[in-house]
Amino acid sequence: MVNKNELENINRISGTDVKKCMKCGKCSGRCPAFTEMDIKPHQFVSYLAQGKLDKLLNSKAIWNCLSCMACVERCPRGVAPANVIEAVRDTVARMQGKDGISANDIPPIVEELLPQQLLVSAFRKYKK
Amino acid sequence: MQRIGVFICHCGTNIAATVDVERVTEAVKKEPYVVFAQNYQYMCSENGQQLIKTAIRENKLTGVVVCSCSPRMHEATFRKTAEEAGLNPYLVEIANIREQCSWIHKDIEEATEKAIVLARTAIAKLTLNKPLIAGETGVTKRALIIGGGIAGIQAALDIADAGYEVDIVEKRPTIGGRMAQLDKTFPTLDCAACILTPKMVDCAQNEKINMFTYSEIEEVKGFVGNFKVKIRKKARYVDEKKCTGCGVCMANCPSKKGLNEFNMDLNNRPAIYIPFAQAIPNVAVIDPEQCLKLKTGKCGLCQMKCGAGAIDYTQKDEIVEREYGAIVVATGFRPIKLDNFNEYGYADNKDVITSLELERLMNAAGPTKGTLLRPSDLTHPKVITFIQCVGSRDVSGCGKPYCSKICCMYTAKHAMLIREKYPDTEVHVFYIDVRTPGKNYDEFYRRAVEQYNVDYIKGMVGKVYNENGKLMVQGSNLLDNEQITIPSDLVVLATAIEPDPSVRDIATKLTISIDTNNFLTEAHAKLKPVECATAGVFLAGVCQGPKDVPETVSQASAAASKVIGLLAKDKLKGNPCVSHCDENTCIGCSQCEQVCPYGAITYEEKEFRIGGGKTEKRRVACVNPAVCQGCGACTVTCPSGAMDIHGFSFEQINKEIEAICKR
Repeated sequence: MVNKNELENINRISGTDVKKCMKCGKCSGRCPAFTEMDIKPHQFVSYLAQGKLDKLLNSKAIWNCLSCMACVERCPRGVAPANVIEAVRDTVARMQGKDGISANDIPPIVEELLPQQLLVSAFRKYKK
Repeated sequence: MQRIGVFICHCGTNIAATVDVERVTEAVKKEPYVVFAQNYQYMCSENGQQLIKTAIRENKLTGVVVCSCSPRMHEATFRKTAEEAGLNPYLVEIANIREQCSWIHKDIEEATEKAIVLARTAIAKLTLNKPLIAGETGVTKRALIIGGGIAGIQAALDIADAGYEVDIVEKRPTIGGRMAQLDKTFPTLDCAACILTPKMVDCAQNEKINMFTYSEIEEVKGFVGNFKVKIRKKARYVDEKKCTGCGVCMANCPSKKGLNEFNMDLNNRPAIYIPFAQAIPNVAVIDPEQCLKLKTGKCGLCQMKCGAGAIDYTQKDEIVEREYGAIVVATGFRPIKLDNFNEYGYADNKDVITSLELERLMNAAGPTKGTLLRPSDLTHPKVITFIQCVGSRDVSGCGKPYCSKICCMYTAKHAMLIREKYPDTEVHVFYIDVRTPGKNYDEFYRRAVEQYNVDYIKGMVGKVYNENGKLMVQGSNLLDNEQITIPSDLVVLATAIEPDPSVRDIATKLTISIDTNNFLTEAHAKLKPVECATAGVFLAGVCQGPKDVPETVSQASAAASKVIGLLAKDKLKGNPCVSHCDENTCIGCSQCEQVCPYGAITYEEKEFRIGGGKTEKRRVACVNPAVCQGCGACTVTCPSGAMDIHGFSFEQINKEIEAICKR
């Protein structure tokens, strides 16, 4: 189900140019949620660059990213991995027929350890 | 009546594949004054040039247009060709139908059309060309080298060897530069001092070489072959001729708080000091910021103890004026400041150091006398982690966008030396890419891995933090898709290098161009790598771009050979396409003088007849044709239209525009 539109969407929403990545791994080196993530920050960038939409959409890590933006802050190339992750998160939400998430959706998906910051970033709405 | 010949080059298929050269040939024949037109496969070849020469003679041509590549490539060739056939070389015009036409067009129709227009334009301009004769100037047979590091030293030795006088101006109290601070040099691991100090001594002993240490360039005037330079000799407060370098003053100086720059501020030095044992000249210098006598008037111990009577607290800066035929800029580099890289904890942890600091910590003349001890508690570090690309290849604005080029090799060197000297030490290297092109370079790096068991980790470090006295280095191991944390005793940052900041001021004084990273710009990236756009100025070393010692030495010798080639000439032919002033139109406003980047314009008061037997005195611009580079800044600034350029006059340019617009 490779969908060019979805890929373009993720690229557009993230507002980052993944081709600028020089594959140094500083994002993943800095990430405080690294161990929790099935796909690591640098892989989000790499998968997007390669157009591996399935890998992105099936990632559980989009719900583990803290949105702390440390990867964005530290990237020497001006790439923003956290923005890619957020773009994937929003795309997934939208593909489920939703526009962002509503407050009522939270109790079932929330884990106790889920950081507040993540919730805030997931509330962002993208209307088509 | 003018008789113009037009020659159209195919440049193999470079032009002929996109431009219909036959059609161009036919078209130009219809242009006014054109009596001859011909196309040929390679105009620049011997045969092609012969065609031009024959045509000039047989058709009595008064001007030649060559439709070919950029004038930067072959204008000189065709001018010479014309000259050999008895035509003034400035009666040759180039129509660039390659770079500006065939290479950028795909459509043959369009490209041919444009080639015809370009040819027509050149013909139109040529009808107004006048024969020009280049003036000649003498050459001062002495070279100036700015910067006394390995680049400056090598260039000076080579130039002196050819029999010319050389002055080295070095802002620090000794020559030697960065290389003097290094412990060992890759890829052969010779001790840096062992190979550098003989060259330093050669400089001191060579009677052709004159050193101005602790000196800076104050002002540069003049032009190729005839530079006039003012050098500021900063006050050392020590008589260079009397000081024997015995060091008694240093031992007795009560002020010991000055940071030792030579040791990268890792320890202190007295207020009066000799930077290092092999300093050239081996003469003390007083740091006025630290000297009690100079600051408070109380002390004078060094003066009392000096057996040679060399101390002179009243010394003042001195300005020396010297003349030169050529200048080599070799101002070198420094490691960047790490203020933007908090994640590595450089400012907060004494045991996070830069690679240049490590050089000093491993050097026998360094603060630890060559025993590797970490700065915080002077113990042997057991786990050492190197981080590469700190500030290099960084386009985020925190660091430098370029690769600093030397770090991969020196990090491999450091890792290897440490494992050799202290085999019980664990050494890790975080890298993004290992870049080791160069003779025996990759083998060198592989030796670190295979023979010395250095642990190379593909990935970047995200942060370094202190936990119970250990430096925790957290980073990616990309090949294992892991995040790892290495508890380390010492962290070494392969810090990016940048041009020494003094280079900006030097570039302004020499009117040479500088890029966004403060590297000096060479005249041509491939074919003129040591020349500058400003004639008579040459580049050597890291001031032009990151490079290691072998490359620096090669470039310095290349610059030296260019200098020697210049100084070997008794006369220099100038460029006759320079600016001139119509004194009858000049209103004396001085605007041209202000915009001239070469200082070629001066104003003079002259007497002019105004009719009725009367005269008046007016200020008018005068151009020194030897200094003018023909840039044209004055011609577009001049409000009265008095300034114009030979060979590129307003009239000629108007004629070109007319030809382009004519359909």
